[in-house]
Amino acid sequence: MTAIGWAQIGLFFLVVLAVTRPLGAYMFRVFAGPPLLPRLERAAFRLCGTAGEEQSWSAYTISLLAFSLFGVLVTYAIERLQLHLPFNPQHLSGVEPALAFNTAASFATNTNWQAYTPETTVSYLTQMAGLAWHNFTSAAAGIAVALALARGFTRKGRGHTVGNFWADLLRATIYVLLPISFFYALFLVSQGVLQNLAPYKELTTLEGVKQTLAMGPVASQEAIKMLGTNGGGFFNANSAHPFENPTPLTNFVQLVSIFAIPSALTWTYGRMAGDQRQGWALFAAMAVLFFAGVTATYAAESRDNPALHAPNLEGKETRFGIAASALFATVTTDASCGAVNSMHDSFTPLGGLVPLANIQLGEVIFGGVGAGLYGMLVFVLLTVFIAGLMVGRTPEYLGKKIEAREMKLAMLYVLVFPLIILSLAGWAAVVPYGTSSLANAGPHGLSEILYAFSSGAGNNGSTFAGLNANTPFWNVALGFDMLIGRFLMIVPALAIAGSMAGKKVIPAGTGTFPTNGALFVTLLISVVVIVGALTFFPALSLGPLAEHFAGAAGKVF
Amino acid sequence: MKRELLIALRATLVTLVLTGLAYPLFTAGVALILFPQRARGSLVTDEKGQVVGSELIAQLFTADAYLQPRPSAAGEKGYDATSSGGSNLGPTSKALRERAQKERDRLQPQSTRPVPPELLTTSASGLDPHLSPAAALWQAPRIARARGVAEARVRAVIESNVEGRDLLVLGEPRVNVLLVNLALDRLLGRPPLAGR
Repeated sequence: MTAIGWAQIGLFFLVVLAVTRPLGAYMFRVFAGPPLLPRLERAAFRLCGTAGEEQSWSAYTISLLAFSLFGVLVTYAIERLQLHLPFNPQHLSGVEPALAFNTAASFATNTNWQAYTPETTVSYLTQMAGLAWHNFTSAAAGIAVALALARGFTRKGRGHTVGNFWADLLRATIYVLLPISFFYALFLVSQGVLQNLAPYKELTTLEGVKQTLAMGPVASQEAIKMLGTNGGGFFNANSAHPFENPTPLTNFVQLVSIFAIPSALTWTYGRMAGDQRQGWALFAAMAVLFFAGVTATYAAESRDNPALHAPNLEGKETRFGIAASALFATVTTDASCGAVNSMHDSFTPLGGLVPLANIQLGEVIFGGVGAGLYGMLVFVLLTVFIAGLMVGRTPEYLGKKIEAREMKLAMLYVLVFPLIILSLAGWAAVVPYGTSSLANAGPHGLSEILYAFSSGAGNNGSTFAGLNANTPFWNVALGFDMLIGRFLMIVPALAIAGSMAGKKVIPAGTGTFPTNGALFVTLLISVVVIVGALTFFPALSLGPLAEHFAGAAGKVF
Repeated sequence: MKRELLIALRATLVTLVLTGLAYPLFTAGVALILFPQRARGSLVTDEKGQVVGSELIAQLFTADAYLQPRPSAAGEKGYDATSSGGSNLGPTSKALRERAQKERDRLQPQSTRPVPPELLTTSASGLDPHLSPAAALWQAPRIARARGVAEARVRAVIESNVEGRDLLVLGEPRVNVLLVNLALDRLLGRPPLAGR
C-alpha cells in the first residue's frame, strides 16, 4: 500500500461526501416538492396515461411488475430480431433464445450480468434500446421502491398509500438520470470514450498487421451504466476497456458516479424523516463498512500473487494500477453496480473474497440506486427489533411500532437471498453441466460458482469472468437467480412500506431507542455483518479462504 | 389491473423512445460535433497520413526495434480489439504460473535486469495501450541495439512520453506504446521490417 494509493481513496470518499447533500436535497425537491417543470411533467404523465395519483402498496407493486415484464419482453424481442432492425452495421444475427432470456432478465433486474460477448453478439440498437434503456428504467424503479419504503416509514397521517410508481419512475428519469447522464457522457467523450454509430474500423499497424477496432455509441451507455449502478459494459472488458474508461480521471469520475445517488438518497431519506441525523446514521454505517472493505481489498492486492511470486498485475490495467483497481472492485460490489476495471477472477484469494462478501452482505454499503437504501432499511428494522428484544420493549422506528407482520416480511427479504444463492451454487457444484464451465481448478472453481450466483441474486453483475456462463444451464439458472433476487425482495420491501404507512405515530418517550446516534450505527453494522457472516461463512471458507491457505503453502491447481 | 397494464405499455414505449433512442442519438450528434476525433476512436496516423491504430488500443509489436506491449488475452491470438478481456486465471492457477515462466524465459535474454512483472501479466482488457515507465525503459537497450543508436536516445524518447498521474494522485504514471513507437520512427527513421 502506498500513500498516493490512500490519497486516491481518501479523495474519492471526500468527493462522495461533498455530493451527498446537494444531490440529496435536489432529489428531495424532485420527489417531494411541486413539479419542477410542470408542463414537461404533465406531458410525460399524459403520454403514459397516468394522473400520478397516490397508490396503495399493492397497486404500486403491480405497476412495477407489469412495467418490468414488458421490459423483459421488449428486450428479448429486440435481441432476437436485431438482424432485421436498424443500427446493426456488423450484421450480427439474432441472439440465441437462452442467452437472450438471460440478458433480458439481467438488464430488467438492474443486474447487467453479461453471458454474451458484446462486440460479437449485440447490435448498436440492442445496446441502446434493448440494454441501456433498462439502465435508466431499472435504476429509476429502484429509486421508486426506496422512495415508497421511505414514505411508509416517514409519513404521518396520510393513510395507507405509498406514492405513485409512474410519477416516481418518470421523475427519476427526467430530472435525475437523463440530464446528469447527458453531460457525463460528453465529459467521457472528451477523454476518449467512443460515441459513434460507425462500422468497426479496420486498419494496418506499423508492423503491417491488420487490426479491427470495435466501435459504437459507448459514452451514452457508459454514463448511465455507472450512474444507475447497472454495470453492463458496452464491451466485454467493461470499464477496463480503454474505450470505456480511458484515463485515471474517467476512472475516478466513474467511481464517484457509482456512489453518488445511493449516498445522496440517505440525505433525501433524512429530509423525509424530518431529522437529517436519521439519514447520516445510515450514511455512517455504510461509510464504516466501505472503509473496512477497501482496506482489506487494497491490503490483499498489495501482496504478491501466490502463483507468480510477483505483484498481482494479472488482470489489471497499467493506467489504474493496484490502488485504483482495488478501490473499484470494492465500490462496485458495495453498490450493486458490477462494472469492473480489473478482473476479479485474477485477484488474490482475499482480494477476491471482499467483493464476494460485499455482495453477500446484501449490497447495502451505499448499494444500488434505491436498492441500497431499501436494503439497508430492512436491516434497520432487524436492528430495531433485536434492540427491542434486548431491553424488552415493543420495537419502534421513527415513532411507528414494528410488529409481527413487518418482521415476517423482513425475514422473508433476508432469507430469500441466501436460500437462492446457496441452493443454486450447491446444485451447480455437483453436476457436470455446472462444473464444466469453470476456468480454474481447486477451491478457486468453487469461488467462481459462488460469485456467479451471489452476483446474480444480488443484481450486481460483476463476475469471476473465467466462468463460461453462456451455456443453457447457466443462462437459465442465472436468469431465474436474478429475477428472484430482484422481485422476491422488492415485493416484501413494498409490503413493508404499505404496512408501515398507515401506522399511528407515537411521540418518542424516555424508553425510545434513538436511531440516529453512534450506538445505533454500531448495532446496525453488527447486524449486517453477523447476518451475512453466519449465512455465507461456511461457503466462503471452502472457496477463497481455502485457496488463501493453499496459495500461502505454495500450492497451485 | 387492465388500466395498469395499459399504463405500463405506454410507459414502456415512452421511456424506450426517450432513453433508448433519443438520448444516445442526440448525445452522439453533440459528441461528434464537439469532440470528433475522440468520439471516433482517437485514431492516430503515421507521417504519410495512414491510420495506424488508436492511441487507446494496444496492438501487437514483435520487432526488436519497437517498444512491445504487455501480453494480451484478448481473443485467441491476443490484441483482438473485437474480443476484449483478461485471462481470468486465478491466483493459484498452474496455467498462470507456467505462462508467466514461459514469457520470462523468452524475455530474459534481452537484459541482465529482471523482467518487470507487468511484461509477464496480461491486462484486464487485453488492450492496455500503456506500460509503466520502468517496463518501457527496460526495453531500451534492445530497441537501441536493433536501431543501431545510442541507448540514451531511446531512453530520451521514452522519458519524454511519460504521462504523470491525473490530478497528481489518480492512477499510475505510464507511457503509451504506440505513441512512443511513432516518436521513435519520427526521430530515428522507420526500421526495416520483414514482410512489409
